[in-house]
Amino acid sequence: MSYLSIEHLDKSFVRGNLASQVLKDINLNIAKGEFISIIGHSGCGKSTVLNIVAGLLDPSLGGVILDGKEVRGPGPDRSMVFQNHSLLPWLTVYENVEVAVNKLFKRSMNKRERRDWIEHNLALVNMSHALNKYPQEISGGMKQRVGIARALAMKPKVLLLDEPFGALDALTRAHLQDEVMKIQKDLGNTMMMITHDVDEAVLLSDRIVMMTNGPSATIGEILDVKLPRPRDRIALADDPEYNHYRRAVLSFLHERHRLH
Amino acid sequence: MNANVKLQPASTEPVSIVRPSRAAALMQRSGRYAVQQLVPPLVILLVLGVIWEMLCSGADAALPPPSQVVAETWELIIDPFYDNGGNDVGLAWQLLASLQRVAVGYLLAVVAGVGLGVLIGQSDWAMRGLDPIFQVLRTVPPLAWLPLSLAGFQDSHPSALFVIFITAIWPIIINTAVGIRNIPQDYRNVAQVLQLNGFEYFKTIMLPAAAPYIFTGLRIGVGLSWLAIIAAEMLIGGVGIGFFIWDAWNASRISDIILALVYIGVVGFVLDRLVAFVGQRITRGIPAN
Ligand SMILES: Nc1ncnc2c1ncn2[C@@H]1O[C@H](COP(=O)(O)OP(=O)(O)O)[C@@H](O)[C@H]1O
Ligand SMILES: [Mg+2]
Repeated sequence: MSYLSIEHLDKSFVRGNLASQVLKDINLNIAKGEFISIIGHSGCGKSTVLNIVAGLLDPSLGGVILDGKEVRGPGPDRSMVFQNHSLLPWLTVYENVEVAVNKLFKRSMNKRERRDWIEHNLALVNMSHALNKYPQEISGGMKQRVGIARALAMKPKVLLLDEPFGALDALTRAHLQDEVMKIQKDLGNTMMMITHDVDEAVLLSDRIVMMTNGPSATIGEILDVKLPRPRDRIALADDPEYNHYRRAVLSFLHERHRLH
Repeated sequence: MNANVKLQPASTEPVSIVRPSRAAALMQRSGRYAVQQLVPPLVILLVLGVIWEMLCSGADAALPPPSQVVAETWELIIDPFYDNGGNDVGLAWQLLASLQRVAVGYLLAVVAGVGLGVLIGQSDWAMRGLDPIFQVLRTVPPLAWLPLSLAGFQDSHPSALFVIFITAIWPIIINTAVGIRNIPQDYRNVAQVLQLNGFEYFKTIMLPAAAPYIFTGLRIGVGLSWLAIIAAEMLIGGVGIGFFIWDAWNASRISDIILALVYIGVVGFVLDRLVAFVGQRITRGIPAN
């Protein structure tokens, strides 16, 4: 019995009397605590899948079931980390997380508990030093950390990440990948992440979902990554098994489903 | 920040010696800044004054030179708060009477304008329907509303307020609506994931996100209000800087008119800066996206 299941998902965008099918018959079952990456060429429909799971978009056909309930509309049980962080620029780091915590846990936690919970989540992503800074005063990597803290603070059933590290430099990205791996190990979150970075996908995922090119994109192949955890990027660099997975994804993207 | 922490131990001793000279340097720097900012306008003002003096010094000059203006209005300048009853009150009272009208009319326009702007900004249909109407109405000059409002209210006081209101409201509505429409999808997504209700969305996302636009409208609106009140008061009478000018014209006190113009300009400038300052504080300088 899977925790999150995507069933026979079709999505067409209709503009005027012109319908263009973006997704066709996507089926995916995700277990609790699993880390899934979705990889595919730009424009194939990865964000569309994630937005449907988030409830920000409605499917044309099929549906999403989370923990036994059909997804209808957005909700905090599927919190999202956006590529462009989407922090509110008029609020401090602390307040950006506070907005979420106050909205969701006003009744279940008292003032002190809420404050501790906000600070706890910001500490998880190593942002305790900048609680009173505004988003425009911190670096891109730090903004993304706060975005992750905000999403975690919602206690979601699934954490959805849409190319969370895409806009970051390689060093910052590696750092944040390690932090996400540690958080997932400690908290056991179910995560669904979109990426276009092959190394990132292999390093972080339990399974890599590889999508075919659009229009009418679907799942081409699913790769089980059986590398033991915790995973260490340096040790894996010349690990034959790691390179085997890496090669499998590269070959899917650049040989069998090349963009023409 | 780290750099500071590391530097501190090394500089504990010299700090007490360094500090006064640093304060002095700061004073010197801000002094120099003030001089840089103040000297050019003062020089230009002086040059313009001299040209004006030369042009209007002839016996047949139609307008008084600045020296004569100051001499003739000296009583008004040094005693802005006299009160001889009726319309015969100091310039401060005249300005305050005008400002009071502006305050009431403008505040009504702010409340109604932001409210309507929010409604219109949220609905494509309302935007499409109302925008052309607003674009036409906003070009109607303030004074053109006056006869209509006199006919409607049958009284000059509410008519003046209405003219302020109707003049200031269009830029506020339009800018607020544009601000609401330009709220990035990202912020809307955050609100949706959190399932914010209408009021929470309004308070935490909509108002702050649209604030830079709203303040643009508020700033244009306050300038227009001040333009409108002067013109309206000329026709309506009573205490107020607009009627003061009209009265001075009827009594051929040209110098009084010139003095009043200076005050009107300064007050208008201060109003504009005041709204800009409040906007700056509230939006903390975050630009509209
Ligand atoms: N709201 C929309 N209306 C119309 N077409 C859309 C919309 N959103 C996405 N698309 C189209 O769907 C396709 C997939 O987009 P997206 O899911 O963003 O791709 P990816 O995230 O894989 O780069 C693209 O061709 C895009 O143009
Ligand atoms: Mg995308």
